[in-house]
Amino acid sequence: MPLLAPVGRSFLYFLNTCGNLALFTAVAVSHCVRPPIYARLVLNQMVQIGYYSLPVVGMTAVFTGMVLALQSYTGFARFQAESALAAVVVLSITRELGPVLAGLMVAGRIGAAMAAEIGTMRVTEQIDALTTLSTNPMKYLVVPRLIAGLTMLPLLVLVADVVGVFGGFIVAVYRLDFNPAIYIGNSWDILEPIDVVSGLIKAAVFGFLISLMGCYHGYYSRGGAEGVGNATTNAVVSASILILMSNYLLTGLLFTE
Amino acid sequence: MTAASAKIALSGVTKRFGTKHVLNGVDLQIGRAESLVVIGGSGTGKSVMLKCILGLLRPEAGSITVDGRETVGLGTRDREALLCRIGMLFQGAALFDSLPVWQNVAFGLIQGRHMQRRQARDVAMEKLAQVGLGPDVGQLFPAELSGGMQKRVALARAIATDPEIIFFDEPTTGLDPIMADVINELIVKCVKTLGATALSITHDMASARKIADNIAMIYQGRIIWHGPACDIDRCGEPHVDQFINGRADGPIRMQVRAA
Repeated sequence: MPLLAPVGRSFLYFLNTCGNLALFTAVAVSHCVRPPIYARLVLNQMVQIGYYSLPVVGMTAVFTGMVLALQSYTGFARFQAESALAAVVVLSITRELGPVLAGLMVAGRIGAAMAAEIGTMRVTEQIDALTTLSTNPMKYLVVPRLIAGLTMLPLLVLVADVVGVFGGFIVAVYRLDFNPAIYIGNSWDILEPIDVVSGLIKAAVFGFLISLMGCYHGYYSRGGAEGVGNATTNAVVSASILILMSNYLLTGLLFTE
Repeated sequence: MTAASAKIALSGVTKRFGTKHVLNGVDLQIGRAESLVVIGGSGTGKSVMLKCILGLLRPEAGSITVDGRETVGLGTRDREALLCRIGMLFQGAALFDSLPVWQNVAFGLIQGRHMQRRQARDVAMEKLAQVGLGPDVGQLFPAELSGGMQKRVALARAIATDPEIIFFDEPTTGLDPIMADVINELIVKCVKTLGATALSITHDMASARKIADNIAMIYQGRIIWHGPACDIDRCGEPHVDQFINGRADGPIRMQVRAA
């Protein structure tokens, strides 16, 4: 059965990885709720994730809002439903596109950076050095990143929502000749608190997953530069897939009657 | 010397990775304020032995005691308390890239001993001076230093907390002979000043002769010879003889050689 052996090996490897990840998550979360928490490091990570991701998230959101307005108008014009444009833009941005696109962009920027930094620390024995200096690497490296990811992504998504809706507004008013007051009124009327809150809940989950994948793959990277490279790729790919999967599950949970 | 009276004692320590047995029952005792150097070729288990003592790896079998107290399987708090008494110089220095030099040196004082940053900074500068580095170096980042300076900073970090035990992992690897001798002299000076117990691992015989009171040789995961540094040239052990003279022919067969 030589064909079955690689399948079995891959399956066992998958189970082993799932077990390791579950243990890593449990230990990391348990450290998140037990002192000491390194406030200075948490703040530093918040700046890295929140402040420095603003340009990339803002640019993504504004162009997404603009394209959404253009495409929706083209489609709706076929059956005279142009008036629904504002509603479609604001709901799409706040419920789905804001959190998902911000999550994917931050996964590419921050998840990769975390995996590369922690992976390099692993292969150059800096994590062992932390341990010998009586410092728990989980508390020092992982916890600040998890807390910062969990708290900063909702704030970034809030910005993405505003900027994305503004992008749609610009196209609607200056290119498609919508009345600005009516457009804003339509957007405001259709928007409910759950639309924004659901996006923020998703963002918190995505932020946690991005940090978790970055830290996990970096922490267990092996084999020098190639190992760090693999860790970086795996962190981004796994975070992106988990974002899309959890987005479906959360949407089902939050919006299914 | 008995295991109970030794500062550090290893008894029957075994460690394997998959099917590869790296340590095959290591027995070793290190006395108080003794400087022991463990020599051996690449891949013989020197670094693994050191990591087992530090608790970075857990041996499958055997006992490791420090001051007569078993350390295998210690809980997190007890392990941290033990590590507070130990300094470690890593092969590649393992300095934290994101921190300036003085914070690297003061790291154990600030995080491990909860010393005030200002006070820890003063101690760090003092330790940097002890290894021949000026206060201006304290503001630099590790990437701005040469290999020799990084090793000095790593040595300053290892002695910053005035530890009872210091481990040196290949302290002279990658350094030119003059800088290697400078590091060796600093190691001797620091260990004597602190009155610390030192365990070094190396395959640099010049370094071993300079810093060791006693030398042990590890081969195929076992200690095959252990004695005073001055006796190594006439120990009569063929493996040791081949190793210290750097001969290709002898009982030690390198895997890279053709069969």
